[in-house]
Amino acid sequence: MHPAFSVIFFTVTSGAGYGLIALLGLFQFLHFGIFLDKNTFFISALIAFLLFTMGLISSTFHLANPKNAWRAFMRFRTSWLAREGLLAILFYPFLFLYLYLTYIDYQIANFILMQTYSFAIFIFAIVIIYCTGMIYACLKTIPQWNTLWTPVNYISIGVFLGSLIFFFILDFFNYEVDPYKFYLLLAIAFAFFMKLIYYFRIREPRHNIGQATNAAIKLKDTNVRLLDVGHTGSTFLTDEFGYKVASRKLLKIKLFAIISGFFIPFLLVYIHSFIYENLIFCLTAIFLAFIGMVAERWLFFAQAKHVVNLYHGSQNV
Amino acid sequence: MRLGLVVDLDKCVGCNACAIACKQWNTSGTSGSLTDYRPYGPDPSGVFFNRIRHYETGTYPENKTVHFPMSCMHCEEAACVTVCPTGASYKREEDGIVLVDPEKCMGCNYCAWACPYGARELDREEGIMKKCTLCVDRIYDENLPKEERKPACVMTCPTTARYFGDFDDPNSEVSLASKKREGQELFPELGYKPVNQYLSPRKKVETKQHETKEPSLVKQVKDWVNQVVEL
Repeated sequence: MHPAFSVIFFTVTSGAGYGLIALLGLFQFLHFGIFLDKNTFFISALIAFLLFTMGLISSTFHLANPKNAWRAFMRFRTSWLAREGLLAILFYPFLFLYLYLTYIDYQIANFILMQTYSFAIFIFAIVIIYCTGMIYACLKTIPQWNTLWTPVNYISIGVFLGSLIFFFILDFFNYEVDPYKFYLLLAIAFAFFMKLIYYFRIREPRHNIGQATNAAIKLKDTNVRLLDVGHTGSTFLTDEFGYKVASRKLLKIKLFAIISGFFIPFLLVYIHSFIYENLIFCLTAIFLAFIGMVAERWLFFAQAKHVVNLYHGSQNV
Repeated sequence: MRLGLVVDLDKCVGCNACAIACKQWNTSGTSGSLTDYRPYGPDPSGVFFNRIRHYETGTYPENKTVHFPMSCMHCEEAACVTVCPTGASYKREEDGIVLVDPEKCMGCNYCAWACPYGARELDREEGIMKKCTLCVDRIYDENLPKEERKPACVMTCPTTARYFGDFDDPNSEVSLASKKREGQELFPELGYKPVNQYLSPRKKVETKQHETKEPSLVKQVKDWVNQVVEL
């Protein structure tokens, strides 16, 4: 698949934004809404808001006819893309009300409601990331995406990036962060292992040219191959789905994504508490993790092979 | 009604006439135009609803060339319609034709991602997804003589390899052809239940190859001697 930068940027930043706001909700829930001071709380929420809003805006950049983008919520009963869009829009008023209630210290008036609300924010944000993943995972035509591990990856990476940012914010506002270090390391390791399982899962092609043509040609036990694709130039299909990249380059980028995205942030967070003036460590970790995850998302697209390639000369996808 | 095409792969000679006739009719049709990019430039490209691939099967001398026209299959379980977020893609209740409403399409390409047959192509000039309409603006046109109310590709096919009709009617041309020659769906594993069917090519008559025997030792010596003497 052609890796469109706007979509890569959208999935990484909106994932991180929803991951952060989900953690904020969970954090409030677990600490009964009294632990964070308002500054920290609102700055975290603002960063999350900026991240997922930037992501959502960038997702409209790949549209060929953006003036109809407002229609994208119409078919939420069948389309994961519409579900994602609709939930993302509904999340805004839901979040604003939550922020307002936190601002007026509503947990003093109605503790149970605010606890439920905090938890609902957590669930809501995770469900949105799940929908983003399902946009890709529901396509039977792209075997590398059509797996449960796709939304699992999206959620685990979103939570990982979100927790990294949240850890930095807590550190920045001089909270005692050591108790949370373990959970952050766990989030990084979990995201990494989920990605490994995904890579293991997609190692074998699922469909071959025989499946694509034999039903019609019906000359079994013969090796079908493309003689001529029927057009001399490139087409929309070859541009969109025929993206090819050398396997050596893929391997290099995969190594880069793993090292920059998971290993170095893990190490930086691990040594974080042993060193004085450690904010810069956190910031570097966030920066590298984002670059690594952009590379990872690029791979997600570049490695995905659409079955239509079987009609353009690929023997298997 | 379940309108669709049957393509006889035995008759198809891969002449591309159907693709051209399709382009000619539809570029001024309801889903037109079928924009061309850089038509006189070094790398011309453009939108087509119908593309013909050419395959080879078997190994020599039992090999065979198969010409393989592909357009929208008007699937019963059309994934392109399911995934469309705007409702621009729809499948008509009355005849099963899958169409795109250009007023609603936002050009997100998601339907093209969901289609295994490559039936959808984005018109980059208009920013709208284009696809085969089964010549919906032709088959119901009462100004045309009855025998011409067929898709342009079917009308033009010089070898009559393409049939058009209603699969729900057991006596239609397509149903009869499909029944007689065991019409096949393309890529059934994906479960989209394509309506269009293909008639497989007949098995080729086996070619007999006569192996030459290796000459006897005496003959080889004689041949060698003859060669030397002739020198």
